[in-house]
Amino acid sequence: MKIHEYQAKQLLQEAGVAVPRGIVCQSPDDVANAFAELRGELAVVKSQIHAGGRGKGRFREEPDQAGVVLAKSADEARANAEQMLGNTLVTIQTGEEGKKVNTLFVEEGLQIANELYLGIVVDRDTAGPVLILSSEGGMEIEEVAKESPEKILHEPFSAAYGLHTFQAVKLAYRLGLDRQAVRSAAKFLPAICRFFLDNDCSMAEINPLVVTTDGDLIALDAKVSFDENALFRHRNFEELRDLNEEEPTEIQAAEAGLSYVKLEGNIGCLVNGAGLAMSTMDLIKLHGGEPANFLDVGGGANVDQVTEAFRIILADDNVKAVLVNIFGGIMKCDIIVEALLSAYDKVGFSVPLVVRLEGTNVEKAREMLAASGKDLIAATDLTDAAKKVVATLNA
Amino acid sequence: MSILIDTETRLICQGLTGKAGLFHSQNCRDYAKNECGRSEDFVVGGVTPGKGGSDVDGFPIFNTVEEAVNKTGANATMIFVPPPFCGDAIMEAADAGIKLIVAITEGIPVRDMIKARSYVAHTDSRLVGPNCPGVITPGVAKIGIMPGYIHNPGSVGVVSRSGTLTYEAVWQLGNIGMGQSTAVGIGGDPIIGTNFIDLLEMFQNDPGTEAILMMGEIGGNAEEQAAAYIKENVTKPVAAFIAGVTAPPGKRMGHAGAIISGGSGTADEKIAALQDAGVEVAESPADMGTAVKRAMEK
Repeated sequence: MKIHEYQAKQLLQEAGVAVPRGIVCQSPDDVANAFAELRGELAVVKSQIHAGGRGKGRFREEPDQAGVVLAKSADEARANAEQMLGNTLVTIQTGEEGKKVNTLFVEEGLQIANELYLGIVVDRDTAGPVLILSSEGGMEIEEVAKESPEKILHEPFSAAYGLHTFQAVKLAYRLGLDRQAVRSAAKFLPAICRFFLDNDCSMAEINPLVVTTDGDLIALDAKVSFDENALFRHRNFEELRDLNEEEPTEIQAAEAGLSYVKLEGNIGCLVNGAGLAMSTMDLIKLHGGEPANFLDVGGGANVDQVTEAFRIILADDNVKAVLVNIFGGIMKCDIIVEALLSAYDKVGFSVPLVVRLEGTNVEKAREMLAASGKDLIAATDLTDAAKKVVATLNA
Repeated sequence: MSILIDTETRLICQGLTGKAGLFHSQNCRDYAKNECGRSEDFVVGGVTPGKGGSDVDGFPIFNTVEEAVNKTGANATMIFVPPPFCGDAIMEAADAGIKLIVAITEGIPVRDMIKARSYVAHTDSRLVGPNCPGVITPGVAKIGIMPGYIHNPGSVGVVSRSGTLTYEAVWQLGNIGMGQSTAVGIGGDPIIGTNFIDLLEMFQNDPGTEAILMMGEIGGNAEEQAAAYIKENVTKPVAAFIAGVTAPPGKRMGHAGAIISGGSGTADEKIAALQDAGVEVAESPADMGTAVKRAMEK
């Protein structure tokens, strides 16, 4: 679960991690007032969307307006806010459709001596958290990894004890920080690692992490996401969720216990099991089609779930045909066919439906499909299914 | 021969009094008795704190794993405990000296798994999973939720990150007359107890295994590490399939571990690494069974 920058910074501040002073704004007036309240010569006005690349991003309605701007007066801040609020910011990460900006975050300007990169993730190999630092602040870490991997420091740390002070000091010296900044890092780095652990984060990224001319480390940006499976430990995070930032069909699917990801193609698919669902997408592509979605209906596949799954798939206007691929194991094929037929009637199909079943009681299930009198296409195996569903598009 | 499960294996189920735990414990018992001809009980009991002393469909229930081990001599466990408590259940099993811990539960917090995996690493226990279908040695026994009857005794070792994709592969192997020595689902989570390399080593050393089929997917670099291991250490024929060639970056595809992040963990990289290691990689999921045959004929 992702949260906004301003929310992340509030949590970081509570955890003792240094962030700039900032004020959350919903209107141009708020922004002008915030500028005055911060009492600085300049302030930064930042669009609050979950995607990155905001500084380089531009608004669809105001093509010259950047997603993050530096303002030198309250009036300038207000003028920018008027062009940002309610408009659609398109960045490298939002895709062409962009994201509507409803909230701005106004922060004090800082005297920056140096920009660093900081990231914390869980490393699969060491099966523990790892702190990633680089002297190349402000750049995408993937680019740094490609061009100058020697500039990236990886420091695994204990999930029980956090980052030790000596580790923080060692890393600070490796980054070439001066004495004052090393002292600041000895506080900042363990604090943010503790924050990561205490809040069950799946990712925390501070890019850039700035060193001010006074030698203080401050989180200039903050990107934080939480482990969805651990939200039961943090009931207060639920109110941080911004449903405007999530794909509505993916929310609907999650509520029905389905795992759904919308894609760009036109062949919808309904499959049981994540691995088989991914393989089915690949199979469609291999035979010249384009999958419209990933959908794992789970092991149970009862009538309600299958009905909801069909509704979600068909709600996508791009979908011109649907492929059902089920391997019935413990859940027998004939039971699944009952659910399929019942859901088929409830939903009302307007596009071709190809069904491929295999596994327990498959013969009985195929007879049921044939006897149903419904306008669906039965496939004998995986390849046959893919060919048939792609052929319906060309018919 | 086989790996992980043999005729000495005696299983308990943690969370047996839940719906899924009971259903699959019954299935494991029936498979051992009816399809493997085991005379003594394979599933020797269940553990649910607070329900010790009761009996559920012939399974004696114990309050703790320690008690279950002392009274039944169990050496393997299958865990269906709900996600918030499952990390703890894994550690309890290791503490009680259980040799093989198979965690079926999906949705365990990552931080809990960091702790549990680290705990298990300091014991003699082996953890398989979590978020996996389990382990089956056809004709001997099964520990998990896979449909037993689609498997046949044979000589192909199967290892996979995905459940239904494994069933699909086993089905395809059956259609061309090939059985399995042991089939293992290692789980779809980012942090798991047993990885591809552990099983490649076991299969390489198992006289009952003649060929290996591995199924990977996007996310992480376990397949690349497996490829490097195969190149150096595996002399038996290996076939593979990698799911997720069409998966978009940054999106989690059902499994918690199936995500392309920061441009790494793509299917193409994994396929290239495996091919470089001489592995026969199936292009289509319809072709997993025949890929094993091709690997053996190479």
